Amino acid sequence: SPHFPPLENPGVRALQRQVACEPHRVTPVCWQMRGSRSKALHDRALVNCQYSMATFSTGERKRRPHGDRKSSEMTLHLKQTFEAAILTQLYPRSQIDIYVQILQADGGNYCACVNAATLATIDAGIPMRDYVCASSAGFIEDTPLADLNYVEEAAGGPQVALALLPKSDQIALLEMNSRLHEDHLEQVIEAASKACKDVYAVLDQVVRDHVHEVTTLLGE
Amino acid sequence: MASVVLSEAEKVYIVHGIQEDLRVDGRGCEDYRCIEVETDVVSNTSGSARVKLGHTDILVGVKAEMGTPKLENPNEGYLEFFVDCSANATPEFEGRGGEELATEIVNTLYRIFSNESTIDVKSLCINPREHCWVLYVDVLLLECGGNLFDAISIAVKAALFNTRIPKVRVLEDEEGSKEIELSDDPFDCIRLNVDNVPCIITLSKIGCRHVVDATLQEEACSLASLLLSVTSRGTLTCMKKLGNGSLDPESIFEMMETGKRVGKTLHTSLQKILDKEESLGTTRQKVGFLG
Repeated sequence: SPHFPPLENPGVRALQRQVACEPHRVTPVCWQMRGSRSKALHDRALVNCQYSMATFSTGERKRRPHGDRKSSEMTLHLKQTFEAAILTQLYPRSQIDIYVQILQADGGNYCACVNAATLATIDAGIPMRDYVCASSAGFIEDTPLADLNYVEEAAGGPQVALALLPKSDQIALLEMNSRLHEDHLEQVIEAASKACKDVYAVLDQVVRDHVHEVTTLLGE
Repeated sequence: MASVVLSEAEKVYIVHGIQEDLRVDGRGCEDYRCIEVETDVVSNTSGSARVKLGHTDILVGVKAEMGTPKLENPNEGYLEFFVDCSANATPEFEGRGGEELATEIVNTLYRIFSNESTIDVKSLCINPREHCWVLYVDVLLLECGGNLFDAISIAVKAALFNTRIPKVRVLEDEEGSKEIELSDDPFDCIRLNVDNVPCIITLSKIGCRHVVDATLQEEACSLASLLLSVTSRGTLTCMKKLGNGSLDPESIFEMMETGKRVGKTLHTSLQKILDKEESLGTTRQKVGFLG
């Protein structure tokens, strides 16, 4: 059975700097990766996710951090996204736990989770097909907008959430709310894709810098 | 609760070291680990604080909302506590796994704050019997590294110190119906007096000595602990024994004396840090979650 390196510091704190409009807006997310051997599938690893929001993360206090419908839906989306990206065939009869905790919510919750989870998976050393980068996009006043904040989401316009594997340009998850004329769909997806690629550039740079630092410290 | 598996040899090593007043990380029996406190880390709240005590990481957010006073106390506002054990701390907390621990912590917090001198709840009243401020204190356990109760009480005190409740005015018109008007200035707010808010000191009995601020490994060697709630003046407001083992009355009195001593020092250091943060005001560099 596969051996997962012991985690001294099991929490990986990944911050997402939202690309586009206001780069200083941050939705902090913490989560953890570990492998365990309980009730898994015979030919691949089981990906187990939990999406939880702190009760003080939203403007109006949230009564239940997780277990409600919205959180369960997000959990399922995260699970589907990462089952597509992680090379689960390499770890039969194992379980990978991804726990995401939203500390402060200002729009784009799902997208921040995906980006943070990608970084944490890479930090845990779990092989993936590609980075998974996500961004939301909307259409207000005939203009496609990338990376909507809470106020823009609450305005009630159409919102698209896109999770992309940037190198192969493959879409892992695409979700849309509200009404959008199909003539505008392409522009909106284009805006979201571009934002995803920008996020990919940032994530890639962070990973490379970190690996460089670690190898320098190890003296190799 | 997150636990660590120790071999017998490791336990003996820890216990013998403590008999000589030397703990595994070099501390004495009455020394705390390095505590990092930072307030105002979550912008969506009325007040927030983050405390890192060794590997224990706690985030507390306080939200002030308007509510109706309780029937038995019509002239007071009140505090509501909620604890969420994040699955990030340990996978055992996934789903409803952390509920038992959360309930224990919430009950302890309610007991400590049930004393009427802790927080001036009368100042939270807006209209007797009709409107009052309800402070929702939400504790989030991000990481468990031993000594949860101490860290949580420090974080709650810091978050309450940081809480800013908007000033409201009650306008009464001729028919007698009341309207509540929020002040136009967003910086116009009332602050809470946290001088009487106690901190929890947990003393763990290991061998024949007791230690303050036990790590997970030391907690595994300890059969019984005493949880004390100490105010800044050294007054004990609450006491609870934890653990399966038993304590003899002599040890309890010794532990109480240590607790009071350590508690007073802890309060002084905490107040110093909070005052320093306050004096820096908006010029303070926030570390937030990047550190």
